[in-house]
Amino acid sequence: MTKRIETLKVIDNKQIKKDFFVIELAAGGKIPEIKPGQFVEVKVENTPGTFLRRPFSVHDVDYDKNSIKLLVQVVGNGTQTLSEMAQGDHINLIYPLGNCFSLPDAGERSLLIGGGCGIAPMLYLGKFLKNNGFVPDILVGFRNSERILEYSEYKKIGEVFITTEDGSEGEKGFVTDHSMLTSRNYEMIYCCGPEAMMKAVAKYCKKKRIACEVSLENLMGCGIGACLCCVVETVNGNKSTCIEGPVFNINDLKW
Amino acid sequence: MVKLDFNIGELHFKNPVLTASGTFGYGSEFDDFMDVSGLGGIIVKGTTLEKREGNAYPRMAETPCGMLNTVGLQNNGIDYFEKNIYPRLAEYDTNVIVNVNGSYIDDYVELAARINDLHKIPAIELNISCPNVKMGGMAFGTNPDSAREVTRAVRSVYSKKLIVKLSPNVTDIVEFAHIVEEEGADSVSLINTLLGMAVDIRSMKPSLSTITGGLSGPAIKPVALRMVWQVARAVKIPVIGIGGIMNADDAMEFFLAGASAIQVGTASFIDPMASIKIMEGIENYLVNKGLSDIREVIGYINRSH
Repeated sequence: MTKRIETLKVIDNKQIKKDFFVIELAAGGKIPEIKPGQFVEVKVENTPGTFLRRPFSVHDVDYDKNSIKLLVQVVGNGTQTLSEMAQGDHINLIYPLGNCFSLPDAGERSLLIGGGCGIAPMLYLGKFLKNNGFVPDILVGFRNSERILEYSEYKKIGEVFITTEDGSEGEKGFVTDHSMLTSRNYEMIYCCGPEAMMKAVAKYCKKKRIACEVSLENLMGCGIGACLCCVVETVNGNKSTCIEGPVFNINDLKW
Repeated sequence: MVKLDFNIGELHFKNPVLTASGTFGYGSEFDDFMDVSGLGGIIVKGTTLEKREGNAYPRMAETPCGMLNTVGLQNNGIDYFEKNIYPRLAEYDTNVIVNVNGSYIDDYVELAARINDLHKIPAIELNISCPNVKMGGMAFGTNPDSAREVTRAVRSVYSKKLIVKLSPNVTDIVEFAHIVEEEGADSVSLINTLLGMAVDIRSMKPSLSTITGGLSGPAIKPVALRMVWQVARAVKIPVIGIGGIMNADDAMEFFLAGASAIQVGTASFIDPMASIKIMEGIENYLVNKGLSDIREVIGYINRSH
């Protein structure tokens, strides 16, 4: 899969919740094939304090419009600038980067688990699974009801279960506390979110002997395997999250 | 046609743009974006005798106009390099230079001797300036006696071109340049990263696992330029300038200050095509100035006009 540097045009930038935006970017020509779990490195222009590119999971892909969507949470100057991008503005990307989630075997039941902004790659993965004949369940965790993201989008893929830390929507607690986990069985769980959440999910999956892949959000320098900054400790030594990840099988991680 | 080539002794480089060790992997990471053979040379990842896992995560922090890193020379060791990486590197039509590291002088010597036998590697860059390892590295490059001893020892076993990469973390870098020149270095490259640190005020912890790390990027360019200027005036061997070069204008500053060649480092993280764009930009600069040979600008600011 060839990586490319390309400047894409902002065709939509929609605020979906306070501090959360979905930016849609269209390529001038055909976009390359992008697999679920892959990411892009975004160059943020004219913003003090942003020197390196910013990695973002691919949230969705539309091959008809030759566009991709990114889910952006405003956490600093760089993401602030991105949140202010208007239709017709341009953003330079390096993409597609990283490995991808693996498909379940035929007939296997799968669950997508996302936490906060970590739900980003789960939308495209969910659509991909659906297009391949799977009907995944979706379990998402947020801090409170004000921060629930993309509910209607996930609803189109499968059944959606929600937890909030304060109980203002869905079940109170963390994703691993949800009662649905006691009544449903899965062969495959995909997870992306805060590290503590992914570790809790990994622990649950190991105990239940469920296959599990997580998408890591390590700090990256380059995104293309050159700087060796984004490493994660695996059973086979340090691996670069940007080229040997971001998706890892939990059995390969030293969690 | 503008002449861009330069030499270290009889070793010819088609142009003066090289890539800095640790910022360009083994070249193949950049094959999707550019023709690596279009560069004057590539200096591949720091290599040691034995496999090293490097330092713990987190290994980097973004800082104003730059970044800190503490990779700690993660690499698979020379055996793996010879077997799995060297054959691929030998395909490039450019000078492939290996950055050589060790904890002890004997490590440097053994590694240099091994690489001396790899006929497609015409030069090594002796790294006595890595700030991110507990033993060796910068310890050699910040002590005049150690710098002398390791350069002398490697020179005695290495017959091809020896470039010594100098540390900026010294009071007088010229002293070190003189020492390695006296001990037979064919060229010096400078600067390696400046020792720095950052603290994450949210977690109230150091940003890097090793607390301190190496600062690179445009933040260090004025320091690098000053040191290159000082060293270029003091030694007879070619000086390779490194430090925050993001574009051709930056590169020209180094040439005008006395560098015979430059290395592009951190810029490749932000734009994987930075090195090749810089090479083209240097050519354009010369054309626009009505010059036909880069030699006309090297050290220009030092001449009386």
